[in-house]
Formats: sequence, C-alpha cells, structure tokens
Amino acid sequence: MIENIFRPDFFASAIRIAIPLTLAGLGGVFSELSGVVNIGLEGIMLTSAFAAVAATNFTQNVWLGIAFAAITGILLGLVHAIVTVTFKANQTVSGVAINLFASGITVFLSWMWFHESQIMVMYKLPFWGFPIPNPGETTPLVRSLIIIFAHHSPMVFLTIFIVIISHFIIFKTPFGLRIRSVGEYPQAADTLGVNVSSMRYISVLISGGLAGLAGSFLSLEQAHYFVKEMSGGRGFIALAAMIFGKWTPFGTFGAALLFGIGEALAIRLQGIYAIPVQFINMVPYLLAIFVLVGAIGRATAPAADGIPYEKGMS
Amino acid sequence: MIFRNKTNIILLIVSLFFLFVSLNCFAQEETNVGLVFDIGGKGDKSFNDSASRGLSWAAQDFGIKRIELEPGADADREVNIRNLSNIGYKLIFGIGFLFEDSIGDVCDEFPDTKYAIVDGLVPGKENVVSLSFAEHEGSFLVGMIAGLKAKADGKDTVGYVGGMNVPLIQKFEAGYIAGVKYAYPECKILSAYAGDTPTAFADPVKGKELALSQYDNGAYVIYHASGLTGTGVYEAGKERKRYVIGVDSNQNYLGHIEETGENFGLTSMLKQVDVSVYLTIKAFLEGTFEPGIRVFDLATTVVINDVEYNGVGYAMDKYNEGLITDDMIQKVEEAKQKIINGEIVVPSEV
Repeated sequence: MIENIFRPDFFASAIRIAIPLTLAGLGGVFSELSGVVNIGLEGIMLTSAFAAVAATNFTQNVWLGIAFAAITGILLGLVHAIVTVTFKANQTVSGVAINLFASGITVFLSWMWFHESQIMVMYKLPFWGFPIPNPGETTPLVRSLIIIFAHHSPMVFLTIFIVIISHFIIFKTPFGLRIRSVGEYPQAADTLGVNVSSMRYISVLISGGLAGLAGSFLSLEQAHYFVKEMSGGRGFIALAAMIFGKWTPFGTFGAALLFGIGEALAIRLQGIYAIPVQFINMVPYLLAIFVLVGAIGRATAPAADGIPYEKGMS
Repeated sequence: MIFRNKTNIILLIVSLFFLFVSLNCFAQEETNVGLVFDIGGKGDKSFNDSASRGLSWAAQDFGIKRIELEPGADADREVNIRNLSNIGYKLIFGIGFLFEDSIGDVCDEFPDTKYAIVDGLVPGKENVVSLSFAEHEGSFLVGMIAGLKAKADGKDTVGYVGGMNVPLIQKFEAGYIAGVKYAYPECKILSAYAGDTPTAFADPVKGKELALSQYDNGAYVIYHASGLTGTGVYEAGKERKRYVIGVDSNQNYLGHIEETGENFGLTSMLKQVDVSVYLTIKAFLEGTFEPGIRVFDLATTVVINDVEYNGVGYAMDKYNEGLITDDMIQKVEEAKQKIINGEIVVPSEV
C-alpha cells in the first residue's frame, strides 16, 4: 500500500501544490519584513488568477498573461501600500477589503467580458525539462527523477529561482538590510537616513507582484480555468507557510513543500484506507503543527510588523 | 459590528429599491418568481445553471417576472430569501440543501408566500415544497456506462470525485458504485471527496489533483459530483486522455478537445432541476401548488415543449455518440426498466 502512495507522481503533485503557496508566502515575507501585514494575498491571488486568464485569452500569449497577473498584483499592492503606509490605516482591515473586493470584481468582470463565470484558458505553457520516458526505456530511478524534478511548468523553475534570488536580496544586499531594518526598528532606520515609507512601498509592491504570479500559476497552470473564488484560502495557507518558515525565503519554501506533501498525501490516502475523509483532510495541518512544535520552535515576527510608522513617534 | 450595521443600511436601501420596483410590477399584474442560487452560482454549467434554465423556460412560456440572486456569504442566504418575501415575491426558490435552515425560518413569517427548496427537506410546512431527486438512480446508470466502457477496453479501475462530503453527495457515490458493480463486478472503484466545506464545490485545482491521482492509480473513467471542482476533473481527463462523467447538466462538451477532435466526456448524469423548477412554477400559476416532498426519479416522465424528460437520466449527444455502443445503451436501458419496475433497488447510502 505504501508504495502505491509514495510514487514519483506523488512528489510531483506535492511540488505543484507548493508552488502558489511559496510565491504568495514570499510575498508575505517581503511585506512583513518591512513591517506591513498583508492578508490581502488571498484577494491578490484571486484577482491575478482572473487577470492572467483574461490577458492570455485576449493577447493569445501565456507569457503576457503571467506578466499581466504580476502587474495586477503590483497594482493591488500599491492600493494596500497607499492605504497602510501613506494613510496609516489598519493593515488588517485594508487586507480584508482587498479580499472582499477581489471576490466581487472577478465575478463581475468575467460576466461582463466573457459572459460566464468559468473561463477556459485558450493557450497553455509548454512543459520544460525532459519528456517522461516510457517505463522500461530507462532505469526506474532515472524515470522517477525525471517525473519528480525535470518535467514541470516553466513557472516551477521560475519559482525556485525566485526563492534563491529573494534569499540573496533579503540577506546579502544593503537593500535587503534596509527592508529588514524598517520592519524591526523604523525609528532607528529613519535616523540613519533610510526612507521608511519608500522601503515599505517597494516591499508591498514586490509582495503584490509575487502574489500575482501565484495567482497566475493557479489559473493558467493548475486548473487551466478561471473559476470564481478559486484561490480557496491558499493566500492564508501561504501566510501560515511564511510564519512556519520564520519569515525567510527558504523556510517559506520548505513549509510550502510540507503543506504540499500533506495535501498530496491527503489526496492519495482517500479511499485507500478506511479512515474518515474528514480526518484525512486534517493531515496537512496536523503535519504542519507537529513540525512547528517539534522541530522549528518559536516563530517571532519582525518587531514593527503591523505597526504604521509615524515620524517622531516612538 | 460596524460592518453589520453598514450592511444593514445597504440592504435597507436595496430593499426599498426593490419595493419600489415591485410596486410598479403589481400594477401590471405579473407574477414575481425569485430564485436564490447555491454555491457555485450562475454559470456553473451544472446544478445552478439547470435551475436557471427552468426559470427561463417558465419566463418564456408564462411571461412571469423573474429575479435571480447569488448569495455572497453564508449569512446572505436567509437575507436574500427574506428580502424577496418582504417585497412581494410570491414564489421563491432556494437552490441547494444549504437553504434548509433559511427557508425553514422564513416560511412561517410569510404564510402567503410559497417556497420551493431543491435538494433539501423542509417538512411539515404548508407553503413549502421540497424538490428531491433520485440521484442514486441516475448515478447507477452512468456507473453502468463507466463499468461497461472499462470492461470493453480491458481496464479494471474507475474513479469517483465528490465535492463536499455530505449525505447528498454520498448518494451519488452509492448509486455509481452499485452501477459499476452491476455491469462489471470485478471492477475496482477509487473514491475521493474534495473537502468538508461548501468551498469543496468550487476548487478546480483540488479537483484536478484528485483526478490525476486516480488516473495515475489506474482509473479509466472518473465520475465527478462536485460542481465547479469538476472543471479540474475534466482538465485532468484531457491531460491523461481518460474519460470523465459529468453531473447535473449535460457536460459532455467539456471533455472535447478542439485541436484533435477527441472527446473524453463519456456521458453526464442528468438531474433535471430545470424540469422541477418549471413544473413548480406551472403548478403555482394554475393554483395547484402542493406542499410536501416531490421526488423526481427515473419513472418521472414529463413533456415540456415537445421534449420528454425523466427526473434523472444520462446524456447522449454528438460528443459521446462515438464512445458508447448501441449494445451498452441497450444494457443500460434494460437496467433502467428494472429500476422503474422495482426489480433493481439502488442503494442511496454508501
């Protein structure tokens, strides 16, 4: 039975499930490291998922669809930044507003432009990597490795690249140090001449762009459809992945993979053993809690996370 | 609380607007029929669209005035039903079992208004009709088609993907399993649900992963009873070149690949919500509205605009005529007669 579950396609499925969580989680990392809570990730993903499909079908080019999704994400990030950084409004309320706005606008526009609430993607991205060999053509090990690692959507490889780049930017560049400083102790950063507002703006825009990419992966790659409310709470799971990953890119990626493995496991456990489905669906979250408690330990948010910065106040 | 108050104010304004509009309508003596959708909403190409279709047929044939509402959040269901009652709608449909509580609560306050609930049971009320379907019988027939197809092509496994794991959706599974076993006793059946909350009916990403895992474990045909989640099942079917059975409306065309002309929509389980909505409106207009439970099953035969419908059934059209042989249809029709005669009793629980 075990070998029926842990087959190569299990791991490939776990990776696919982890990709949007990773991208949106990275968005959370950038935003929160700079001190802005972004629970609008869910809504940004949903709106971008729609934008990706609409742009792909209008321009007949998937890459433009992905670009439009990122731009849509950045624009929504801009709204969040204006509301929370410039006007210092409550960051949670702004995020909730973005989520509510997203559920409405996507359905409205899909009826207006496409006259239905499910839109099929007309053009698809190619697979990158090696074609999957037929059984017997190569050794089973090589075939498994190709299925797991080397036969994916280009966005999977792009995501891994973004994780590495993000780690480099956040921890190895002066720009990353500034982002972290305005999230930990903005007063000190301000005294040293770092422009707190503009650092937070940039971070929130990056956050929106990444959540936008996550949305495009959902609709263009995973479902090949836009369906209303298709983000299905993944923006919030991404925030959880960010926290499990202790606000670091690699940590977030690892946590997202853990959720991916959990969900892929839950999918394959169904109907094989006589365990109630309700229990099986808890598997990803139980797994996450055990890992958090057992292996990772205390997760501490950036000190100034969620607190608007007022010049001269301390 | 602030939100709640704001919502109330907005609702008040909206209600006043509708009141104004509806007062105008009374002047023309038209009957107002309201319909509130389930999760998935208008455009789901499945359950809700079937209900909407019934309402359009009635609007064409009887010239009623209609309104369709789509609840945003769970709490909106009761608000929608209550608002329509308040502004003088005389017949109101709640589409889906989630309306049991809201219609049960509101119907006592408006004894002159008639309510109809699809898939749910609101028993013992003088002004509510519960429209119920023998989904297990329709699922039995498509299960037979899945089994016969797998057998004909030398495969040994079929699959089932349900939406939210509730007794109603388990009824589809039970009938399907019985149908597969009837046609092909040795066949293995993989079975999975997308979740335990209503969002399980609107998650194509999850649907696709579930279906891919079943196809990779040998499933040759997958029957989905999962609303919008099913679009993901169709995507998986087209990707793996295996068959999908649709649900509620005729979804065969969703399995069609335009570039190659191939079809993977094997058939669809038809649940004629459209017919039930149409007949309820017709009865209401003729003054023969009857409260209680009305069951639509294989034995139900209705003719609307020269087309004959059963309460439930399976879909044949240009997309799947090449996939299903006459021999298969003959076997399915024989079983259908046996179910109607009571020779086969289809289980409604797994």
